[in-house]
Amino acid sequence: MDAGDAVMRFEEYSLIEIRALLRAREITAAELVRAVHEAIEERDSGLGAYLTRDLEGALKEAEKADPGTLLGGIPVALKDNISVRGQPCSCGSRILAGKYAAPFDAGAVKRLRAAGGIPFGRTNLDEFAMGSSTENSALQVTHNPWSPDHVPGGSSGGSAAAVAGGEALGALGSDTGGSIRQPAAFCGCVGLKPSYGRVSRYGLVAYASSLDQIGPLARSVEDAALLYQAIAGPDPLDSTSLGTPVEDTLEQLRDGVRGWRVGIPREYIQEGIDAQVRQALESAASVLEDAGVAVEEVSLPHTEQSVAAYYVIATAEASANLARFDGVRYGHRSEQAEDVLEMYCRTRDEGFGAEVKRRILLGTYVLSSGYYDAYYLKAQKLRTLIRTDFTSVFGQVDALLAPAAPGPAFRLGECTDDPLRMYLADIFTIPANLAGLCAISLPGGLHRCAEGVALPIGLQFLGAPLSEARILRLAWNFEQATEWGKLRAWRDPLQRMGSTRSLRKPDLASGDKESEERG
Amino acid sequence: MPEVPRMDVRYVADLARLQLTEEEVQVYQGQLDRIVEYLDKLDSCDLESVDAEVHAGTVPSPLREDREGKCLSREEALGNAPAVADGQFRAPKVVE
Repeated sequence: MDAGDAVMRFEEYSLIEIRALLRAREITAAELVRAVHEAIEERDSGLGAYLTRDLEGALKEAEKADPGTLLGGIPVALKDNISVRGQPCSCGSRILAGKYAAPFDAGAVKRLRAAGGIPFGRTNLDEFAMGSSTENSALQVTHNPWSPDHVPGGSSGGSAAAVAGGEALGALGSDTGGSIRQPAAFCGCVGLKPSYGRVSRYGLVAYASSLDQIGPLARSVEDAALLYQAIAGPDPLDSTSLGTPVEDTLEQLRDGVRGWRVGIPREYIQEGIDAQVRQALESAASVLEDAGVAVEEVSLPHTEQSVAAYYVIATAEASANLARFDGVRYGHRSEQAEDVLEMYCRTRDEGFGAEVKRRILLGTYVLSSGYYDAYYLKAQKLRTLIRTDFTSVFGQVDALLAPAAPGPAFRLGECTDDPLRMYLADIFTIPANLAGLCAISLPGGLHRCAEGVALPIGLQFLGAPLSEARILRLAWNFEQATEWGKLRAWRDPLQRMGSTRSLRKPDLASGDKESEERG
Repeated sequence: MPEVPRMDVRYVADLARLQLTEEEVQVYQGQLDRIVEYLDKLDSCDLESVDAEVHAGTVPSPLREDREGKCLSREEALGNAPAVADGQFRAPKVVE
């Protein structure tokens, strides 16, 4: 490994390789921060992944980085709804942008720092994490690194685009109904939603508190496992965080999966999925079988109702959580108001975007007098049934294999006028949040679209609560057995499209060579 | 098909403290009626004997020891406020 090359082209190296160079003092954390900064300068005008970044602050932290730690001084990008003391946290909203700096570190950020991670760069998102395309950001558009005309997915679209576009070594996002896994799938990277309670939610600006979870986005399963290991664990400031010790997922990552049983939910195949996604799912099943895994069909009978249950529960919680944005303690305040009630109403009208208002309205409605039993109570009961479905299936199989989304990334603007259509596309990711499961999405194919664009297809492994080690191991074995995880947006597709965006030296062979050396 | 109650968007917006323009009310009315209609799916299975679940977690949340901890200083707490007076949040008049 050439140390200079690893800094210059950090996006071609694994985090373990980078950490080894940091530990050997062949490179420094400050050099890495500068390299990420330069990559952003060079590429982000075309991608729009980042909202803000504090180079000076990150360099100061880098000077103090301890190479002996788990991450050894690796800079990590953060979705702009995760609090970092002294930094803006816009949540992609006009109500906070330019008007708020977090007065404390999120629990996950404290752990990240303690593990030698350096928070660097704040990534774009759908406003308050509400959306599946990052188009609901009030601040800027983020493009898919594989095709600028397509969305990066959402709501952690900025984090996914930064990682897949070679503008970050790794990133954190948040996942309430698929907001880590779906953008990872659309951008061709790896995204892990930990089990509910595994990563502290303290300092994550709440969207739906019983569903939200912070997790990593990375270029490989191993990188994702490393970042997960850095942020997972109990936090006394989050009453829902679990005290159960965190397993060492890296230690068992490379163990085999022979004799394991993996289920494919039959309801997921009937939900109108794209033919090429379905094909990718079938190929993945064969890959697993070749590795000695028994793949079988299982049933999750309440899949069809999960989207309805989710949009009742999530919006109900959102309407309560977003009540705090009233123009009194932080953020925007309308200057038009005569009295306090008018100030609340105008502040919220001026500060929130259309999707946030839509979800607050729906959430307020389902909780309002006369409708609570018809919607909220029923949704909670369905949640029990959905969880029971999974409990029973995880008695039969070790993990589930599913698509991450019904199709590849859609075109910018394609779904913005039809919110229900956008909601329905979350069907494969929502159940994991409702049931508190862990789930990982990773590249599982390449979708050849009619217009000659190739877009990544993402597949998902879902596991019972607290089985992160198991699904990461399964994902690693799958990743090693296929080529999909080695594809990079900055190589083949953009060049074929005649993009004028500046690209670093393409090196198609390096991915294969590295994995051989590692294996 | 049970009759779908149309959401009274203006009324709900008042509850949610959202001031909407007439145009916004029209747009949301159409979109939310469709979404609320979709929520009929909740009626497609028998929920009579099912317990309601408020949380995904199986482990009960432990209570911490009742000890004084660190909290934000007054300056930090007021640091993001749009208006401050005498070390307090300043807001428009609440009562006449």
